[in-house]
Amino acid sequence: MNRFAELFDALDATTATNDKVALLRDYFAVTPHADAAWAAYFLAGGKPRQTVRTAELRSWAQQVAGLPDWLFEECYQAVGDLAETIALVLPAALPDVQPLEETGLAGWISERLLPLRAMDEGQRRAQVLASWASLDARGRFLLTKLIGGGFRVGVSKLLVQRALAEVAGVDAKLVAERMMGYVDASRAPTAEAFVRLIVPASAAIKTLTGDDAGADAAGTRAISGQPYPFFLAHAIQTPVAEFDQVLGPVSEWLVEWKYDGIRAQIVRRGGQTFIWSRGEELVSDRFPELLAAANHLPDGCVLDGEILVWRDDRPAPFALLQTRIARKTLSKRVLADAPVRFLAYDLLERDGTDLRPVPQAERRQQLESLITGLASDSQSGIGLSPLVVAGSWAALAALREQSRARGVEGFMLKARSAAYGSGRTKADGVWWKWKIEPMSVDCVLVYAQAGHGRRASLYTDYTFAVWSQPPRDATEAAAAIEVLVALAAAKAGPSRDASDANETGAQDTEADTTAPPSPAGDSTALPQLVPFAKAYSGLTDEEFKRVDAVIRKTTLNRFGPVRAVRPTLVFELGFEGIAESKRHKSGVAVRFPRMLRIRDDKPLHEANSLTDLQALL
Amino acid sequence: MARDDDLIVLRPEGLYCPPGDFYIDPWRPVTRAVITHAHADHARTGHQHYLASDAGAGVLRARLGDISLTTLGYSERFRAGDTEVSLHPAGHVLGSAQVRVAHRGRVWVASGDYKVAPDPTCSAFEPVRCDTFITESTFGLPVYRWPSDAIVFNQINAWWAANAAAGRATMLACYSFGKAQRILAGLDASIGPIIVHGAVEPLNQAYRAAGVALPATRQVSDLSGSALREATGRAMVICPPSSTATPWARRFRDANVGFASGWMQLRGARRRGGYDRGFVLSDHADWPGLQQAIAATGAARVIVTHGYEAVMTRWLTEQGLEAGSFRTEYGDDTKDDAVAGATTGDAATERVAGDTTGGEAA
Repeated sequence: MNRFAELFDALDATTATNDKVALLRDYFAVTPHADAAWAAYFLAGGKPRQTVRTAELRSWAQQVAGLPDWLFEECYQAVGDLAETIALVLPAALPDVQPLEETGLAGWISERLLPLRAMDEGQRRAQVLASWASLDARGRFLLTKLIGGGFRVGVSKLLVQRALAEVAGVDAKLVAERMMGYVDASRAPTAEAFVRLIVPASAAIKTLTGDDAGADAAGTRAISGQPYPFFLAHAIQTPVAEFDQVLGPVSEWLVEWKYDGIRAQIVRRGGQTFIWSRGEELVSDRFPELLAAANHLPDGCVLDGEILVWRDDRPAPFALLQTRIARKTLSKRVLADAPVRFLAYDLLERDGTDLRPVPQAERRQQLESLITGLASDSQSGIGLSPLVVAGSWAALAALREQSRARGVEGFMLKARSAAYGSGRTKADGVWWKWKIEPMSVDCVLVYAQAGHGRRASLYTDYTFAVWSQPPRDATEAAAAIEVLVALAAAKAGPSRDASDANETGAQDTEADTTAPPSPAGDSTALPQLVPFAKAYSGLTDEEFKRVDAVIRKTTLNRFGPVRAVRPTLVFELGFEGIAESKRHKSGVAVRFPRMLRIRDDKPLHEANSLTDLQALL
Repeated sequence: MARDDDLIVLRPEGLYCPPGDFYIDPWRPVTRAVITHAHADHARTGHQHYLASDAGAGVLRARLGDISLTTLGYSERFRAGDTEVSLHPAGHVLGSAQVRVAHRGRVWVASGDYKVAPDPTCSAFEPVRCDTFITESTFGLPVYRWPSDAIVFNQINAWWAANAAAGRATMLACYSFGKAQRILAGLDASIGPIIVHGAVEPLNQAYRAAGVALPATRQVSDLSGSALREATGRAMVICPPSSTATPWARRFRDANVGFASGWMQLRGARRRGGYDRGFVLSDHADWPGLQQAIAATGAARVIVTHGYEAVMTRWLTEQGLEAGSFRTEYGDDTKDDAVAGATTGDAATERVAGDTTGGEAA
């Protein structure tokens, strides 16, 4: 554990990519395989299921540190990370707790952390306290992250793969392939699995024939139902007038609609089906209708495509898919309300042969013959992503205007000659995503909350509101805001200070602060600001600093971590889609909201209204 | 909580002592100002008369120029109106003082900024018994617990030695008054030459003039081109955070850059600052230090200023003390802003590590 903590600290202390890779390589090269297996798992983004509820961790730490609830909460709000807060407030020595002996990472995880789940509360508490007692602040931080299931580190999976590739003396792409599914939560990494990641290419040849890299990977896949690394698209920013110049003639491209679903691979090998999400999670169980359809696929076949909720012969909004994923059990009703379909757009393996080096157009042909040859009852579950054919880029641009009406995000452009690359590469050909412009509205910042991680103690998470009805002019908007401010002041009466507002949930208070009560039917009622979306991305660090300063200066009320602010800032908020929602006070829910820019040029009364939002539905 | 006979009250100009008719660290021009220490947010220009500690006279003059200044030795008594005023070491920076005000059998102490941990570059914090204690709260949260100087200076020297061995310069950003000198006093000068920024050296001189031992320092302008190049590969460069992105710093372009501050205790702040290394070193009291200092005064009433006022006030109340802060007691926005502007300016500035324009505390 200490070695892993040292590695984590060193990774955390450097920003240089090459230094990080060197640190990882040195660690992997000398660490026992069983420990390295877990380290690779965590560093590449693996998350074992949570073993102890965070509420328990928190309450035990509070007891040991002798802090009241509210004070621990203040600490957490300042730190922005529960495990770090716990590590910082625990006393150096835990009284009456016998420390455990130091052991390797694998020992810690498999003998001490994973068994926690099966223990009763008393045992769990004793074991966690003993674990804290055995480690310094740095180790306590890491351990608590691992226990709480929230471990994240500032290295990308790509860097881990590069480091492993250096240890193995093989190409990083090969390691990427070997690593597919390695971090799936349902399996524990073992020393053997780690050895498979770093086996030299030459050793793999011994038992396999043909192209060493491919054969090696094929050998592993046959056992595990492993998917291929997903080929990722790049966003194209070029104006359409320059497409001919930049991309060449439209005839050299395969064009498809860009769907807003879950990217997935269906792997059919050895009479079994595996469905992998783009996050490399095995999601087969979530989609029984796809498993049924995949039974008709020939053995040794891998499809790449999109999982969509499919209704009325068209893709339904992502929100439906989202509610379905959130369900623990799939009732008949859910299956009927949100039936899914897989739209295949690539064929990566056929008859056990890796087709990725084959040109895009040829893969497409094979895909079409495979899918059209399927029994008709399976075609309701697995279909083809249709090609869009147009005579020119301009004609295509005109078609792209239909995207919203079709429930898609724009186009995918795939070079006919492209091989299927590994990850976000352009080395073997390229896929472009040509998305439609996001919808946008001008709205007003009304609440702010501090961020987490590197944004701790900086107000970066904002709630935005639109007017319930358009204010007539600046004077009416100002009057509406005065009402709001007066109401906030009344709430922050003498009996209530910032700290005892902690017990108030942010969500509860949110609804009633911004909206002054207005007598129903009173046509002279002032407009109100109605919150409708939260966003925390899109601004530069400098802009965040500026907004943070404004928030601190214009705070009206504090509700635990949330600050209600006097409305002064107008933002242009972009989003990908909008749907009616009964769960939101505004009656609408937007998808992927993000800040496009701060509209210093817009006075408050020119921000959009609910009517404008409804017009986008 | 405010009472008519309070010895120190909040006015738009700053903390005011009615029976003594003077201000403590006022932020608007006044006739008589008692200055706790020479950091820019506490010692401002424009007052008619200044009172400060003997030990702080040099640095105060170095910063404010020709001012009408009366100085007192620590513990020396001074008559102001109906009150008796004395200054006592606050352990924050050279010359920093707590202000003790006695009037008709009652004693109030205003802490200014302070730390309780030892610091070789200034007199140690002296607990002063009083009825009411006005305390800062810059790091008034239990997550702020400082490691010992020995640990931090081992880290800094080891980092410097590793960089020197790799042939690259080490640049440590810190506040030029106080923190810089404390760091200089803790460096292992055998590792390599020490170069300081032009904003740091005048303060070094004031410290040396006051008898504080600091290692030899050089400025870029002292070194010829070749000497500078030769020194650069092994040098420790001490400079204010605002200078690390300037043309001045470009000559050390391969340098590994660190930042020394109490805010570096939090991982989020370290990552956001974008420095290669963050060292936890503060001239303010940590949470245990604040509690220890408050307890040592024996005060039954505590007034919390700049920092985590709400947290400290609630905590102290729960500990059975009468606690408040100027902010919550007065509850007036303009006054709040005035207090915030003057006293949390340093904290806010340091929060955005490396973005300092004027604040120089913490």
